[in-house]
Amino acid sequence: MRPLTPWTLLAALILAVPVQAETVALTGARIHTMGPTGVIDNGTVVIGDGRITAIGAGLAPPPGARVIDASGGVITPGLYDAHGYLGVTEVSLEASTVDRQHVDPRYSAAFEVADAINPRSVLIPINRIEGVTRALVTPAVAPPLPGQARSPVAGLGSVIHLGGSEDFIVGRNAALYADLGESGATAAGGSRSLALLRLREALEDARDLAANRKAWNEGARRPYSASRPDLEALAETLRSGRPVVVTVHRASDIAAALRLAEDFGLNLVISGGSEAWLVAGPLAAAGVPVIIDPIENLPRRFEALGATLENAARLHAAGVTVAFATFRSHNARNMRQAAGNAVAHGLPWDAALAALTVNPARIFGQAASSGSLEARKDADLVLWDGDPLEVTTTATRVFIRGRDIPMVSRHTLLRDRYRDISAPLPPQYRPRGEAP
Amino acid sequence: MPRSATVVLCCGILAACAAPRPGPATDPAAPGSPEHFPSTYEPLPSTPVLITNATILTGDGKRLDAASILLRDGRIEAVGPNLRAPADAHVVDGSGKWVTPGIIDNHSHLGVYATPAVAAHSDGNEMSGPNTAEVWAEHAVWPQDPGFDAARAGGVTTMQVLPGSANLFGGRTVTLKNVPARTTQAMKFPGAPQGLKMACGENPKRLYGSRQAFPMTRMGDVAGYRMAFSKAFDYREKWRAWADGTVTARPDRDLQLETLVAVLEGEILVHHHCYRADEMAQVLDVAREFGYRVSSFHHATEAYKIGDLLAASDVCASIWADWWGFKLEAWDGIRENAALLHAAGACVVVHSDSDTGIQRLNQEAAKAMASGRNMGIDIDEGEAIRWLTANPARTLGIADRTGTLVPGMMADVVVWDGNPFSVYTRAEKVYIDGALAYDRSDAARQPKSDFMLGIIETTGGLQ
Repeated sequence: MRPLTPWTLLAALILAVPVQAETVALTGARIHTMGPTGVIDNGTVVIGDGRITAIGAGLAPPPGARVIDASGGVITPGLYDAHGYLGVTEVSLEASTVDRQHVDPRYSAAFEVADAINPRSVLIPINRIEGVTRALVTPAVAPPLPGQARSPVAGLGSVIHLGGSEDFIVGRNAALYADLGESGATAAGGSRSLALLRLREALEDARDLAANRKAWNEGARRPYSASRPDLEALAETLRSGRPVVVTVHRASDIAAALRLAEDFGLNLVISGGSEAWLVAGPLAAAGVPVIIDPIENLPRRFEALGATLENAARLHAAGVTVAFATFRSHNARNMRQAAGNAVAHGLPWDAALAALTVNPARIFGQAASSGSLEARKDADLVLWDGDPLEVTTTATRVFIRGRDIPMVSRHTLLRDRYRDISAPLPPQYRPRGEAP
Repeated sequence: MPRSATVVLCCGILAACAAPRPGPATDPAAPGSPEHFPSTYEPLPSTPVLITNATILTGDGKRLDAASILLRDGRIEAVGPNLRAPADAHVVDGSGKWVTPGIIDNHSHLGVYATPAVAAHSDGNEMSGPNTAEVWAEHAVWPQDPGFDAARAGGVTTMQVLPGSANLFGGRTVTLKNVPARTTQAMKFPGAPQGLKMACGENPKRLYGSRQAFPMTRMGDVAGYRMAFSKAFDYREKWRAWADGTVTARPDRDLQLETLVAVLEGEILVHHHCYRADEMAQVLDVAREFGYRVSSFHHATEAYKIGDLLAASDVCASIWADWWGFKLEAWDGIRENAALLHAAGACVVVHSDSDTGIQRLNQEAAKAMASGRNMGIDIDEGEAIRWLTANPARTLGIADRTGTLVPGMMADVVVWDGNPFSVYTRAEKVYIDGALAYDRSDAARQPKSDFMLGIIETTGGLQ
């Protein structure tokens, strides 16, 4: 890396100056704050220096503010992609563009997706102009190479905001990810029990390492089952209480994960959870949240025979905290459609919006700065032209950490370029995608 | 009973059906023997039904408010305002409801890639060679796929089940009525032509390229089509020569070439999986070279780039509302695809290719419609419903029987509990040939496949 010259330093400083220094006020909207204030009609939200500086009914915009008339619109917090691959996958089938998984059996818990995240991914503008403002970027467990077996632990995921390349990681290594159930069994060598055994052994070794680091460094400790970086990552997980997200579907596998979490004091989160409704009581009692795609209703695997469109409604009714994900981040933007379908199958509307906003923020320790619209929180918000869960509704403005997001993506550029294919010059002569 | 494509195909080969030389029709090994795998479909029992005071989208572009529709003997008898209820009719109060033709999905793998998606259910791609035009999807369809029931609850009354896209020629497709049945023959849409699944681009070249086999490039893809159709021309000539007595030795029957000859004869409809605009243009030239028609491109994520060409070629684009990016040939898939095609005068179909998407094709069409409106292309519900009804029927060669609510058509009808272009709306009653095949308010009219018996009961209501 080149040393910083005064000029590059100056340029970096200029670029780092927040473009959101201006004050913006959106007025006249129905605001679903998802915070203690609840719903505000004819609401005003004032944005300054990247944060919400004021929010309430009928507030007059501060002097000098740029006022956006949002009357007739609906404002919600920005949406979370609670489990996905924004920034670590471009083209799913082109391995050179996919960084969320690997096949080296030597590393598991220490694998950090954060180092691979590309905040300039083409997927990010496509999703953020439709209201997705934050994302959990998650590692995944790759199927092992033939003849190999590996840990069912995928590694560490991070929280990013989608508002640009500056400080884009807002929660580095926010959660540890592992697979149990069918995927975990396949990785571990063929049995669910083996996956759990590997995980238990590694957690015990991590505990031992944490308690005897000096002895281990001096070679005076028994051999461990995992590499030093993996055990350090697990030890830090045990120490910090960061969420451990276990992807699992079958009710009995969820129960096994609950036992594991209790034995090691893990801050468990269930992801996938097709049969979670069958163990809603124990999940609620243990305070374990669940991340689901609420439209999964087919017995897609033998571990999901109990899949139902009422999964979300039943979990919510039992007191379980629910978050939604599509698990296919190219279209993380379609989460709100999934949420609307959950409402059509019994979930209260407010709970569906919470599953896209404040619930994932809470699950991943982000609620102090995002997930709801309250003074002093980051200004991540979306202005919709109607009910945000309705398929015919559109996001008309998006703010991320106060930045007024240009409503442009690679897809809108293609749209505009091909708006009129009868133009005399071929579309390639429209370099910025503009209409002829 | 309509004659099968095979029979008609052989008429094409033999040139003179009226005076066939003795032999083929009585020779069980030869083409021309009786219809193979005939449909045994019988409509479910029905009584006359009058749905009153509903918003009706007829599927041919019209919207009728506060209108009624009468179903009798499996057919649509009348549509319009103020129909009088016949004495024997069951009356359904349609106030606040919307009525549409049954949803038709022209791209499904239900039954050939059934759930659970285990290896034992992987029956959609005969990946033993790039040309498997001889295989038929219907021979693998498992009528107990739970996905059929879920699709019916989403209003789907007819679907085309295709082989997958691993091969240049994947095999013959089948069109099914979405009724519960013990055999696949009992689901076969009577008289519907078969299709041929073909595939462009990445899938064939990825699979065979990874084996260091042909085709490993897009060049190979196109060469593969042309070589196969060239052989089909020769094959047709051999049978014609035998039929007119020029040669006496009966040619060997070749099931693969038989399918391709049926395409050349127009008896089997081509459904070509193709994403990129340039590749669709190449396929249209292959079709021109050999004198066959492409009924529809499928997936066609770049169709909007050649809406004019597709419109001029009279080829439908069967597309998703918004899938993109899972592979490079899908990189340019945009939400406005349907709307831009519509604006160019091309035929649009919204398809699923998914056991999840098939359950809410109405929502997929709604998204595509809204994306058009956002860019100033005004598409109303009456028009957008065609993407799910009349247009897919056209691509399947059954538009004269289903897909529109017009007197005389099959009574394939959905009653929705509101505007079907809303995420909150659900199919309430689904009629197939006039019979109530699904009723959301009556558990006795919610069929469940054998597979769902004795496993986890998911329908216990909120707990």
